[in-house]
Amino acid sequence: MAINIKDPSAVQEMMKGLWRDNPVFVQVLGMCPMLAVTNSAINALAMGLATLFVLVGSSALVSAFKNLIPKQVRISLYIVIIATFVTVIDYTLLALFPAIHKELGAFIPLIVANCMILGRQEAFAAKHTVGFAVMDAIGMSAGFLIALFALGSVREILGNGSLFGIDLFGAGFEPWVIMILPPGGFITLGLILLFFNWVTERKARFLEQVVAAEQAKG
Amino acid sequence: MDNLIWIFISAMLVNNFVLAYFLGLCPFLGVSGRLETSFRLGLATTFVLLITALCSWFLNAYVLIHAPYLRLISFIVVIASTVQFIEMAIKKLSPSLFKALGIFLPLITTNCAILGLAIFATNRGYGFAEGMVFALGAGAGFTLAMVLMAGLREETEIIDMPVLVRGTAMNLIIAGILSMAFMGFAGLFSST
Repeated sequence: MAINIKDPSAVQEMMKGLWRDNPVFVQVLGMCPMLAVTNSAINALAMGLATLFVLVGSSALVSAFKNLIPKQVRISLYIVIIATFVTVIDYTLLALFPAIHKELGAFIPLIVANCMILGRQEAFAAKHTVGFAVMDAIGMSAGFLIALFALGSVREILGNGSLFGIDLFGAGFEPWVIMILPPGGFITLGLILLFFNWVTERKARFLEQVVAAEQAKG
Repeated sequence: MDNLIWIFISAMLVNNFVLAYFLGLCPFLGVSGRLETSFRLGLATTFVLLITALCSWFLNAYVLIHAPYLRLISFIVVIASTVQFIEMAIKKLSPSLFKALGIFLPLITTNCAILGLAIFATNRGYGFAEGMVFALGAGAGFTLAMVLMAGLREETEIIDMPVLVRGTAMNLIIAGILSMAFMGFAGLFSST
């Protein structure tokens, strides 16, 4: 991994995943795990870390072997590589954190079907060096983790009155049970997307005003 | 027999793949713009789900008892290649059926509902008949959700909405309300 961390373009590859190209809020990818496991903050965090491991591992491998992989069968090979890493993390979690593994259940194997991961292999790892591919993978999965965590904590705070299992509001709080059930996932994510659109639009309008003011001056 | 009926109803309504397990959301949010297309995609998915149930039952019963750690990889590879073969066979044998379903088949293989079905069926230890009924129920549920969503989306196109709300945000909120309605079916089970 011969890459200089101070290299501005490498840092840029990493930062773009956090906001501008956020996999969930902007590209709307990886929705299944996004909604299914975010009924509590700790589950969301575990899912995000598992995805981070799979994405970084498979991006590094795909980018290291990019010249050896024949074009015609590349997608199948990517999937086999991803599935291998998912199997590794599945068994690791089962051995180290059986409680979390039980909670996430079938959704760990389903990381394979997360289209964000396959998308990064095809769009980025297969065309760049290992260092850049890993930076991009870290950025993208960090963006995914942030989105999962945002959704998970909102749903846990409103639906259960707690965060990481710690009670926040005391006995007087009536939890909105709907938030930790499936409909809450859809509605919360819809509202978060709405907020994201609103911020992006405000920013664009603000920039337009700045440009107009500059032009008026000059 | 009773058991099979309950598996079907549970997979179709109570534990609807899309609205309760969040499986197959990509086509649900992406392709549900038109009623006609949604219905055909639903049928094609049901078809692939049935093949998946068959493949995963075969793999579980005869191959994976010797090497359980290969489960995930073999599910994906076997299901994808079987669907590919069947697609070729349909193209050869029945061009009209291919025209109706064919274009969707390769896309569906990467749908998480497919892998989800195989994994759920394995985790619950379903046998051959139970697995097939489960697949049929899941497919019917997916088709139902797709068609309902497409119907609602066709309506929302006519409504005058703020630009900010249009698109995925609105679709997710609609899906949330739909999911809330489907939660009502949970009562079906407590009555027995």
